[in-house]
Amino acid sequence: MKIAVCIKQVPTREWQPRLNDQKTWVREQDVSYEMNEPDAYALEEALRLREKQGGEVVVCSVGPARVQQVIREALARGADRAIHVEGEELGAADASMVAEALAAAVAGERFDLVLTGLQSDDQGHAQMGVALAERLGIPHSTIIMDVQVQGSALRVKRELEGGWFQWVSMPLPALLTIQSGINQLRYATLKGIMAAKKKEIRKVAPPAGLKPTQQIVSMALPTRTKQTQMIAGAPPAAAAELVKRLREEARVL
Amino acid sequence: MILVIAEQRGGALNRVSWETIAAAQQLAGGMPIRVAVPGGAVTQAAGDLATADVAEVLALEHPALDVYTPDAYVIALQSLIEQSAPAVVLMPHTYQTRDFAPMLATRMRRPLVTDVTAINGTGQGATFSRPMFQGKLVAEVRPAGDAPALVTIQIGAFRADAARRGGGAPVTAFAVTVDAAAIRQKPEAPFQEARQAVDLSQAERIVSVGRGIKSKENLPVAERLAAALKAELAASRPICDNGWLPMERQIGSSGQTVAPKLYVALGISGAIQHLVGMKGSRTIVAINKDADAPIFEVADYGIVGDLFEVAPAIAAELEKG
Repeated sequence: MKIAVCIKQVPTREWQPRLNDQKTWVREQDVSYEMNEPDAYALEEALRLREKQGGEVVVCSVGPARVQQVIREALARGADRAIHVEGEELGAADASMVAEALAAAVAGERFDLVLTGLQSDDQGHAQMGVALAERLGIPHSTIIMDVQVQGSALRVKRELEGGWFQWVSMPLPALLTIQSGINQLRYATLKGIMAAKKKEIRKVAPPAGLKPTQQIVSMALPTRTKQTQMIAGAPPAAAAELVKRLREEARVL
Repeated sequence: MILVIAEQRGGALNRVSWETIAAAQQLAGGMPIRVAVPGGAVTQAAGDLATADVAEVLALEHPALDVYTPDAYVIALQSLIEQSAPAVVLMPHTYQTRDFAPMLATRMRRPLVTDVTAINGTGQGATFSRPMFQGKLVAEVRPAGDAPALVTIQIGAFRADAARRGGGAPVTAFAVTVDAAAIRQKPEAPFQEARQAVDLSQAERIVSVGRGIKSKENLPVAERLAAALKAELAASRPICDNGWLPMERQIGSSGQTVAPKLYVALGISGAIQHLVGMKGSRTIVAINKDADAPIFEVADYGIVGDLFEVAPAIAAELEKG
């Protein structure tokens, strides 16, 4: 089974955002990056499918040279090779642009299965996977918690809202967006890290004429919808003050 | 004209459809609004929608739309949008919309702006606010490309009861052709994993833990606080993903939605997927080491600090009686 996993490099969870001077994007020089968490689960699912089915796992990413960090990490965890659609301007590309760039880069590969996370922790459009499936002309299903390969078809467990699920079947090739928590992640071993250095990363230029589908007019820190009362002080004093306010002001105790 | 795509399941309207209508009424600025409801049998849902202050309700009935598949929905909605030529299409940002809207937008080569929390201006000139970077920032975006832009509205961002009611909108059947052979997905009946043993929606007080708890071995810190508050213990998604607490105790878009009198968030950063499940709580207390964590935006009381010091201190204070 030939599997593609689309991963994105996103700011770390601990990163504190700072805006650029135009207030239209973040100051990229301040950012430290990591693999988008749902994509890490997609990669793990691909590695597990390869263990059962045989075949190949190819990791694909779109972005500037910096995204090689997460490509190397994916190779160290066990992916066989990589495709990097490289462009300095692609760091802030929207989901539609990423899908168009990936579709052009992977069209000739004829993957049996394409996996990606259900959304990215940076722009959070939750569109890229489904848009890529449409561009590749293959069926998709989203927010997947279990993947069963049945010959030339898939049966997948799709998460609905409020604790409901649904099994959906579809023919291969297909694309799935993977929900966090579908499996237990593995981490790279030293052997894996060494082996990754020899693995192929094919660099591809983005297709000409990529156009954004949305323009960021401005960016800001969110405005508080509530007047939050911040309680300062050492833990025992802050705790006493909080309990007092919950009893006397909020009257919830 | 603003087109709203309402959502129903088994003939019953999903109430987030009303939130989307409220958003459409704000966006319309005098333009007419039409609400379309796709499904196998939508008479009842269309009748409910006709009580809204809108120009028309379109019933998109077809056997192929009875059980949701993205392929059937995209075929039907593309036909509707091409024939009705709206200025903007609004949909609720549900898991179902997330499953078909990017395919619809890609097939039609139209912009799609998702998870919108506020609308600035009216009609085609409007811009839309949406969270980015896990809610750490809000971007104001303008769709780029041919109209209509497709826009999805975050659940809870607009109030369902703010949707104006009217004098009874006409319900019109909109005929769609869906070739069953074009539907590649074969869905089975939805099910619940296990009978929910804990109904957190009935709890008066909830102590909820997030990544800040760091390991399963630290859970007694939260359990002690929950006992002192006579509260139920709950968690954000990563805690349940790791198996530290059962899935049935998960709060958020993929878990339970709660609105207790008191919600204490311990080490929860406040990703939107969590906030949608708890922001209706009457009083929210947030304890987090990161002063910029989005959870503080919905909190009534906040303490910036180490939960391993603060939570035991609160428990000790309550245990004094």
